[in-house]
Amino acid sequence: MTDVNQPHQPQAAPAAATASSVPTADYLVGLADDALVYAQRLAEWMTNAPQIEEDMALGNISLDLLGQARALYPYAGSLDGTGRLEDDFAMVRDERQWRNVHLVEQERGDFADEMARLLWFSAYQVELHTRLAGSSDDVVAGVAAKAIKEVRYHLDHATLWVCRLGDGTDESQRRMQAALERVAPYVAELFADDDASVLAAASGFGVLPSALEEPVTRRVHDVLSEATLRAPDAPSWRSRGGREGVHSRPMGYLLAELQHIARSHPGATW
Amino acid sequence: MSGGSDAVAPSSERSWPLWEVFVRGKRGLSHVHVGSLHAPDAELALRNARDVYTRRQEGVSLWVVRADDITASSPDEKDSFFDPAADKIYRHPTFYDVPEDVEYL
Repeated sequence: MTDVNQPHQPQAAPAAATASSVPTADYLVGLADDALVYAQRLAEWMTNAPQIEEDMALGNISLDLLGQARALYPYAGSLDGTGRLEDDFAMVRDERQWRNVHLVEQERGDFADEMARLLWFSAYQVELHTRLAGSSDDVVAGVAAKAIKEVRYHLDHATLWVCRLGDGTDESQRRMQAALERVAPYVAELFADDDASVLAAASGFGVLPSALEEPVTRRVHDVLSEATLRAPDAPSWRSRGGREGVHSRPMGYLLAELQHIARSHPGATW
Repeated sequence: MSGGSDAVAPSSERSWPLWEVFVRGKRGLSHVHVGSLHAPDAELALRNARDVYTRRQEGVSLWVVRADDITASSPDEKDSFFDPAADKIYRHPTFYDVPEDVEYL
């Protein structure tokens, strides 16, 4: 495990922020970090997918998620009073300041692993953005309304592949089932209520993650049954802590790759 | 290239059939051939076509057709297929005097 006891930089003092807008900013940073970190993982499939057509498909999904993150970061930076822009969030934050769940930071496995992860994450995003489109905040509602069309397509892509692999050959079914079991310990964290999301939901700004568990699970289980797959056994352990900045070992390596150019050449432009 | 989806190939990626892709643009009246791609079945071929050929809003409608299902003329037959049309000028409506007050003809 990564050393989680390292001191982390104190946040810049929020000048214009009110006491209540910092938790809502934290909530948005969590959503944006999920999107950006998963965009980074999906981009790794370029040249590595089973076909060049699948490189393109996963690359497109990655870019959709990148766009969602880019829309949310500057707004979070204005809400928390720091004025940080997208690069400030993406390129110079240390590991303890990232609020994404562990699911999206895990290393790229085989193609079935990715389809299992994409199925859960896109089903989660469909339910999330459908509700966020009714947010009391116009910016959040607007970002969500645009994202809904994108994430429905992501869910469709994952669904088609999970059905083909599950209801395919003995080998493809065995590997798809194994992938679902490997992803299972990371699912519950998507639905864990942290302080920021409780406050964001209470004000009508955000959505309570635990409210998404039932509809998301139902969506995924419907796909699994169509794919002749079993719902995975209850996992013996569960990931937690991502929303508080406590991450698993792959996160440090991911950030090193994501950030090293920007950190080696601060302020560089082209 | 066997093209058969059930052909036993050492690598599954080589056994995916080829599909030809046709896109109708926003103002287009007909679908236009834009290229080809590999996919295991029609449903995924349509999605691959969306991702490969319409990422920049090129179209509002997509067709995919199994390349095997297209009957094409052969380059060897080019002379007998197309050359005889070259000297039949009477097939073109060029022998009429167009009245001066007719526009847009």
